[in-house]
Amino acid sequence: MQALFFYLAGALAIVSTLLMLTRLNVVHGLLCLIASLLAVAVAFFAIGADLIGALEIVVYAGAIMVLFVFVVMLFNLGEEAIDTERRWLPPGAWVAPVTIGCVLLAEAFYLVTRSGPLDPARPVPPKTVALALFGPYAIGVELASMLLLAGLVGAYHLGWQRAAREPRDEADELVQARS
Amino acid sequence: MMSGIPVEHGLLLSATLFALGLVGLLVRRDLVFMLMSLEVMLNAAGLAFVVAGSRWGQPDGQVMFLFILSVAASEVAVGLALVLCLYHRTLTLDADAESTLRG
Repeated sequence: MQALFFYLAGALAIVSTLLMLTRLNVVHGLLCLIASLLAVAVAFFAIGADLIGALEIVVYAGAIMVLFVFVVMLFNLGEEAIDTERRWLPPGAWVAPVTIGCVLLAEAFYLVTRSGPLDPARPVPPKTVALALFGPYAIGVELASMLLLAGLVGAYHLGWQRAAREPRDEADELVQARS
Repeated sequence: MMSGIPVEHGLLLSATLFALGLVGLLVRRDLVFMLMSLEVMLNAAGLAFVVAGSRWGQPDGQVMFLFILSVAASEVAVGLALVLCLYHRTLTLDADAESTLRG
């Protein structure tokens, strides 16, 4: 039964990734990418890695995709933004991702709420992973935190330089206009 | 084997997703689509780690997935900031438009 769920989730992951590659619009591609990440999360649930499946949904399909959506929204600031949004999401563009998402939700609901013996279903419980993270892999965790800090500082620097340069350019134009 | 699923099938799914991400990275010229294909490839690598880890019943695969997750998060933050910079410079998301850069 669980093997069936794994194959269904894998097929849905491949289908939604193919859909993502063939979309022309960035927002439609993002919807299909979220469906693909959710499908991989359900595949994690099916092979018994519940902690990793939950993290995949929270961090990948939640946080990272929200970053993408924010940046896509920043690309078209202006008067026509509302028209653009209406044009980007016509009824029908979201049917395929939502259908895939509903199937995956039903699968995940069954897999999370299943009862019975856990022996073959969860070969690696989350407690073992946590003990490994804070035991032999403690230096790796510290390095990952430093990498995240470096990413944070780098993204802040790249965004801050542009914001700081624009008022200066306007001031230069004002000075040139006066002289 | 992990709950009746052969480990080869899990690795096959991971390889297929990785190949799809690679094709997307090579075929698409939109910078945001290229970053999304990178996400698919990193996700497929993590899937391979988790599948191999549950084959042996060891937690190391899931630990590696957590590291890949943090790498993907910082890569996306810096990559999207760079894409925004390039967009404000060239007003396009076409990767070929950046071939005029001189470094």
